[in-house]
Amino acid sequence: MNPVTQVRSRTAVLRDENIDTDRIIPARFLTTTTREGLGKVCFNDWRHQADGSDNPAFPLNAPGAQGCAILVAGRNFGCGSSREHAPWALLDYGIQAVLCSEIADIFRSNSLKNGLLAIVVGEAEHRWLLDHPGIELTVDVREQTIVRPGAGSVRFELEPFARHCLLEGVDQLGFLQQHGDAIAAYEQRMGKAA
Amino acid sequence: MNAPRTLFEKIWDAHVVADETIDTPAILYVDLHLVHEVTSPQAFSELRARGLKVRRPERTLATLDHSIPTLPPAANGERPYVTPEAKAQVTRLGANCHDFGIELHGWDSDQRGVVHVIGPELGATQPGMTIVCGDSHTSTHGAFGALAFGIGTTEVGHVLATQCLLQRRPKTLAIHVDGELPPGVGAKDLILHVIGEIGVNGGTGHVIEYCGSAIEALSMEARMTVCNMSIEAGARAGLIAPDATTFAWLKGRPRVPQGTAWDAAVAQWSALKTDAGAHYDREVRIDARKVKPTVTYGTHPGMAIALDAPVPAAHDALDQRALDYMHAVAGKPMQGTPVDVVFVGSCTNGRLPDLREAARVLRGRRVAKNVRMLVVPGSEAVRRAAEAEGLHEVFRSAGAEWRLPGCSMCIAMNGDMAKPGQLVVSTSNRNFEGRQGKGARTVLASPATAAASAVAGHVADPREYLKADVAEEQAA
Repeated sequence: MNPVTQVRSRTAVLRDENIDTDRIIPARFLTTTTREGLGKVCFNDWRHQADGSDNPAFPLNAPGAQGCAILVAGRNFGCGSSREHAPWALLDYGIQAVLCSEIADIFRSNSLKNGLLAIVVGEAEHRWLLDHPGIELTVDVREQTIVRPGAGSVRFELEPFARHCLLEGVDQLGFLQQHGDAIAAYEQRMGKAA
Repeated sequence: MNAPRTLFEKIWDAHVVADETIDTPAILYVDLHLVHEVTSPQAFSELRARGLKVRRPERTLATLDHSIPTLPPAANGERPYVTPEAKAQVTRLGANCHDFGIELHGWDSDQRGVVHVIGPELGATQPGMTIVCGDSHTSTHGAFGALAFGIGTTEVGHVLATQCLLQRRPKTLAIHVDGELPPGVGAKDLILHVIGEIGVNGGTGHVIEYCGSAIEALSMEARMTVCNMSIEAGARAGLIAPDATTFAWLKGRPRVPQGTAWDAAVAQWSALKTDAGAHYDREVRIDARKVKPTVTYGTHPGMAIALDAPVPAAHDALDQRALDYMHAVAGKPMQGTPVDVVFVGSCTNGRLPDLREAARVLRGRRVAKNVRMLVVPGSEAVRRAAEAEGLHEVFRSAGAEWRLPGCSMCIAMNGDMAKPGQLVVSTSNRNFEGRQGKGARTVLASPATAAASAVAGHVADPREYLKADVAEEQAA
């Protein structure tokens, strides 16, 4: 993973709550065997009309939402299926951070492992962000702050290891492999050796 | 004396390779890694790119279920895959399992099936284990007192290469269900009721332990139905303490210990229960006697009510959008809603007792005109057992389609799907917008409710069709 220290962008807002990973990428697009190119089917059935044209009612199709890398979404974003194709699709679509008052566990874990900043913010801050689409924000991983121009900054919680991995571009599989001796010792101790 | 511990804590503690610190998560050992074609190819590619092996291929078990057709092959043997990509994905899993030495239950295996159905059937799922899979319904295996949860594809790679995961310890939530479920009400009604009570995010950050007399009274298949849907309340895992029901179900299955080793295992597994005085982070109490046949009315599993209860008024524009999508009307019950498609199957309700429950309603009756009904067994073993009892003839005589095992219309990525606007009464686990096909509307229900709805042509109360059975249960 490449290091991610901050994301600076205008925000786009999807007010819907409980946006599940089937909505982020419908299951019929999961027959791929690679991670690449899923941005074109991100939010596919919401984003497009029956004839394949853009759905004008989909907020991310609005002119003001173009080029936004920070998504503010309604409560409980990413619930449902564990498909990592959801963060892959969002990243390929151009989203680099998701801000929400509550984010589903597996989606958040998958996102942070791919450098997508899945950040939980407080209720009041969340409401404010939902009501102010298009504002310029800086999400700073090192400082754990969201900086609003002229409105100060707010702090967010981030699991220390996830933060470390984002900042340093740590390879988590490599980290686990460094514990090979401890894993072997555990297997011996518990009678689980091959 | 040791401090009292919950069931979850006992399993967790026994799998910690390295303790968590402020800076780093715990390294947690995985006893069983289940693999399927959809969430694994990128993980195997990562191993190849790094020149790594699978650390413990014998702790890894693969099957085909998500993207495979449930219709039989053509005369030339060609399977009717929905796209060449789906076929390529299946071929890829075969190659990956071959190259990395993993046991695959593919087309040639008489034990192939939905990953969460075959794990228990083979006895690969055992009490006290940690079990993971790139699939959120891995929580199913918690029915056996295993800590089982879904992971992403990056983590699939971690487990393949190291047999371990980096995990922060989750919180615990006890759901006590006491009292007896009323006649004609089953595990699916119960879990939909529970999710309706605690909400679609009510379990986020937690592992659920289901306990109480109503849980103890459930069969293993019913317990699997309950644990399966833990993720629909946001909990990655749900578990139930193993007991005599668990041991009787597992005994003699291919992968469980045999002979004296079995007795030793049962003795060890019997300690897997929450100690008196152990602390849960949260506790919820549910009265089983109040549960009725339950269905969903909205676009997530937390929007669940008794099928004869009025649909609640929308709290806000988002709620209203869900009702509009479903064509549900506040104040009116779901009972009576016209049905286009009925699906019986999935890792939630694709086991033999589920098929029997649907067949009890369908026997001697016909699926309503204009309703299409698919019955998809959860595995080849379930299919054989159902056919041995003649259940397939009951379904076919009623006008339903009897398919080959797979995930089918639960995830609708193999071509089994509903058309835009169609209403599906489904025994699966998710009623998200478009889950069963773009624009399709899903009502989650028990196998009995699904079968009754197929016969009636609208969402129907199964107790009407099971009067003789219900009267018998009441008398007993």
